[in-house]
Amino acid sequence: MRRVVITGLGVVSALGTGRVAHLQGLREGRSGIAPISLIDPERLMVKIAAEAKQFRGEDHFDRPQLALFDRVTEMAMFCAREAVAQSGIEFDEALGLRTATIIGTAMGGLHTLDENYHAVYHEKKNRVHPLIIPRLMANAPVSQITMEYGLTGAAWSVSTACSSSNHAIAQAFQLVRSGAADAAVTGGTESVLCFGGIKAWEGLRVMSNDGCRPFSKNRNGMVLGEGAAILILEELERARARGAPILGEIAGAGMTADAGDIVAPAVDGAARAMRLALADARMAPGEIDYINAHGTATTMNDRTEAEAIHLVLGEQAKAVLVSSTKSMHGHCIGAAGALEAAATLMALGEGVVPPTINHDQTDPAIGLDVVPNVAREAPVAAALSNSFAFGGLNAVLAFRKWQG
Amino acid sequence: MTDDVGKRVARIIAEQAMLDPEAIKPDTTLDDLGLDSLALVEVVFGIEEAFDISVPFNANEPRASEFDISKVAHIITGVKQLIAAKG
Repeated sequence: MRRVVITGLGVVSALGTGRVAHLQGLREGRSGIAPISLIDPERLMVKIAAEAKQFRGEDHFDRPQLALFDRVTEMAMFCAREAVAQSGIEFDEALGLRTATIIGTAMGGLHTLDENYHAVYHEKKNRVHPLIIPRLMANAPVSQITMEYGLTGAAWSVSTACSSSNHAIAQAFQLVRSGAADAAVTGGTESVLCFGGIKAWEGLRVMSNDGCRPFSKNRNGMVLGEGAAILILEELERARARGAPILGEIAGAGMTADAGDIVAPAVDGAARAMRLALADARMAPGEIDYINAHGTATTMNDRTEAEAIHLVLGEQAKAVLVSSTKSMHGHCIGAAGALEAAATLMALGEGVVPPTINHDQTDPAIGLDVVPNVAREAPVAAALSNSFAFGGLNAVLAFRKWQG
Repeated sequence: MTDDVGKRVARIIAEQAMLDPEAIKPDTTLDDLGLDSLALVEVVFGIEEAFDISVPFNANEPRASEFDISKVAHIITGVKQLIAAKG
């Protein structure tokens, strides 16, 4: 069977602009969560978030592009450029035809939608900017990437809330593995940190006002973040033949639906997705060294996820390292899985497992080594990355270290 | 439950539980009514809108919130306190 490797990575997050800054933040166990400052927080009830404060579209794009790009597109395009540059991949006409572009985003151009609604409802404007629709449509990031590089193969956007990125990466992986494509540009992008977006999340009452503490007994909710990450996937022999840098291998994917509750997670759906990913990767549970958890820091997710991990790994669950990097880069919703793939690649490639920061109190209901507060050096040969979305849609990716 | 605040709170809870307001008694617990976490968030929202108050409530750990939701009577007491605090 064809094998699929990752040859390029680009990242924007609250930890910094570019993969070096993001990975350095993860290594240091730095928090990107801070008081909201990119918008006026006065009327907000939740006043903290993981804003990508250093990322400004104006620093990277010209005026005609800025007119067409929502913040989600700006971040995705920045990441695509960084990933393509690292990979060294050159998209000529033939390769463009054989390259898939699949990008996850839960909400699409929410900033544009928010500003437009403000203009028509609040300011009572009867005329809006002509490019609102091409800016806000959920497929804008994926379409702009195809146009930048002439990627004329299969391309679409994926929207499954917090699992969007993992579903996108899983589909790109399957296309390359099956031979339907030779390469893929994939990942996810999200920014819901506009006034209306944050207000909508406040309504659910699952957000913390004082920090993101996944798996810690005193956790009290999630913290929103924004960001993007893009991966370049290539068929192994093709990547090898051109001497590409190989950051890791995607070995399998598992996808399930809970068919249960619209917001509450379920152990069964999560466990089945992990099992399917392992089976797809022909990986034994005992091979797993690291799990990048969904770990939202809500009471329910963390307990459910821990239970699912115990169910799938059995005794081995005590030995595996499990961390939630959302404690540092926040919950980036549709971009979460892609940012967490970056963290997982660091664990595989450098043997540095990112920590779960803000871990104050052990929760006996968890019973896992959550790599509390400080990154750990440990050899990681195989890893899982979990995403469990609202709506009960689960996607888990299985990775292997590239042994060369 | 006989005063105005009590009746309005009972009506809000009854709507979420899809029951007649008469079925909501002071000793009734939300578990008795089969309200799940989403319905609970909607009850809190309904109360906030009806009385123009902010209820300190975190859906992560509803029982750990400062606002006592263990019984209908406690919810009504809490709402009255919040209305009084509003002045």
